[in-house]
Amino acid sequence: MDIKNRDRDLALGQSRTSLFSIKSMYNTLRRMAGSFFSGKNFGDLVFENLTRSFAFFLLVLVVIMGYQMLTQSMPSIERFGWGFITSDTWDPVQEKFGALPFIFGTLFSSLLALLISVTLSIGTAIFLSEFAPPWLEKIISMMVELLAAIPSIVYGLFGIFVLAPFLRDSAEPWLSGHFAFIPIFDGAPYGFGMIAAVLILTIMILPIITSISRDIMKSIPQAQREAAFALGATKWEVVTIVLSGERSGILGAALLGLGRAVGETMAVTMVIGNRPEISFALFDPGYTMASVLANEFSEATSQLYTSALIEIALLLFIMTFLLNAVARLVVWSVTRKYSKV
Amino acid sequence: MKFKFFVILGIIMVSSVLNAQMKLNGAGATFPYVIYSKWFDVYHQKTGIQFNYQSIGSGGGIKQVIEGTVDFGASDAPMTDQQLKEAQSKRGTEILHIPTVMGAVVVTYNLPQTGKGLKLTPEVLTDIFLGKVKKWNDPRITSLNKGKNLPDKAIFVAHRSDGSGTTNIFTGYLSKVSNEWKNKVGQGTSVNWPVGLGGKGNEGVAGLVKQTQGAIGYVELAYAVQNGLPYAALKNKAGNFVEPTFASVSQAAAGFIKNMPADLRVEITNAGGKDSYPISAFTWLLVYKNMKDKGKAKAISDFLRWAVTEGQKFAPGLYYAPLPKEVVKLDEKKISNITVK
Repeated sequence: MDIKNRDRDLALGQSRTSLFSIKSMYNTLRRMAGSFFSGKNFGDLVFENLTRSFAFFLLVLVVIMGYQMLTQSMPSIERFGWGFITSDTWDPVQEKFGALPFIFGTLFSSLLALLISVTLSIGTAIFLSEFAPPWLEKIISMMVELLAAIPSIVYGLFGIFVLAPFLRDSAEPWLSGHFAFIPIFDGAPYGFGMIAAVLILTIMILPIITSISRDIMKSIPQAQREAAFALGATKWEVVTIVLSGERSGILGAALLGLGRAVGETMAVTMVIGNRPEISFALFDPGYTMASVLANEFSEATSQLYTSALIEIALLLFIMTFLLNAVARLVVWSVTRKYSKV
Repeated sequence: MKFKFFVILGIIMVSSVLNAQMKLNGAGATFPYVIYSKWFDVYHQKTGIQFNYQSIGSGGGIKQVIEGTVDFGASDAPMTDQQLKEAQSKRGTEILHIPTVMGAVVVTYNLPQTGKGLKLTPEVLTDIFLGKVKKWNDPRITSLNKGKNLPDKAIFVAHRSDGSGTTNIFTGYLSKVSNEWKNKVGQGTSVNWPVGLGGKGNEGVAGLVKQTQGAIGYVELAYAVQNGLPYAALKNKAGNFVEPTFASVSQAAAGFIKNMPADLRVEITNAGGKDSYPISAFTWLLVYKNMKDKGKAKAISDFLRWAVTEGQKFAPGLYYAPLPKEVVKLDEKKISNITVK
């Protein structure tokens, strides 16, 4: 037994007296393996390669999905080209397919929901981390996290039976009565439509943004706050310091929320009105990419029809990728700016 | 004596074991799922033959029949010539269409002041869904419903947002009675609706209609009956206003008997006969004419024969219209064509 191996065994805290024969066999094996794999520990090597294969499996999965969607949507891509993205006609009978209303609906509803829920979430997170007494913080945090556990079909039913009637009978008539001069509040109050979808999405992405923002804010050391107070800062100023310190984290939380909003299917389908129409008016019905897939895929009869739907799935796939890329970029640029200061 | 008894017992046991191994796989339409599962259950208890039916939608059922992944398919819409040709080339056999039960699409509405029994003609119905008749007190509606209180309210159109056989039947009817509809919109499981909002599934449309005063929409007869929705009486080809009932739906098939094509692929909307409800339809089981497996061929023929005769007695209780005698005869003739290659 050479000195190098003995040292290593001592370092690992292994007994040198017991199981002598097994140990020597193990060491021989390890030496043999070591000579194969240039000096690395055999167990480590197996472990490393196992984890590597897991990681590559995920990568391969994404590539396969993308490739499958691309090949399956080829008939539609060849037929419509860029017109698929710029045309607003969706007519399965005439086989004219344009995805613009769905792309618009997805982006419009998600971004609007993000706008509302980020405001609410950051407010809630500030209260929870800076003001609330511990018992209240626990209760509110638990409630917020409970919201995340509710299945989306339940949100959809809530939308149909509670939100839509409320919007139709109370909120929309009031809004269009008082604010009709603002174009987004113009239109017939159906209850079902873009605004219902936006509100449902807002509720659905609130928990994720709130709880991540709160965790991030709480991770700022108490000493930093006390230092700011010691310098005579007001509560408002301290909160600003906390927020600016964690800007990238909060942005990341918002983008996670946006990701969920873009992909949300069932709840949105149930309240958005499902009409492929491009309108900035909040009361008008709309349609999203995920919704049209859920609605029409199972009964899509012709090959071109199926292919057009798969192309929408592909676009959604790409859109999620782009959103993630933009998210990374924003987070990176903000972090860099902050670290320079 | 005893010996004979045991032989017979043995034969029964062996045959029941053999039968128990028989398993028929099917996939397709969701609309007849309730009665099909009843049939499969009762027939399984009678004979030991197992059925595995997945209600994935008519489009999916047709695809699976063409790909040969099932023993039988089911569809609310007959296969197109092109699909039949594809099946012929891929499976090397004809596909037989066996009408099993009947359903109907009813026009439901929400007008509390007007009450039940609204009368509509095909022309007015089409123009409502084209968005040309916009108000309930339009003279074209009031002249059909003398003595009824029709409000000065906008008509709100609700339709299915998901691809469905119900939509296919409804738009097929509108295309038959109106050239304008045929040219502008056409027939399909999903169409480009000129007006209105989409709800997912029968329950989605019913939800929209129930919640919105002045709404009009279409749902399956079974769904309307089960949920007590009011429905309109429609003017049929003979000029009578007919309410959708199991009898008037069966009448529609009987009224079509003279024009029934040999392959039984026929849409019986706008049928002749004085009591025929105009938006009635068959639902079909799709079977291979030449089957490879002798046991399966016999099992499926026996089952079909049983379903179109004895099985019909389950129909009204499950809100389907039974086949009229004339169609049962045609079915039996068709079933006897199933052969083994």
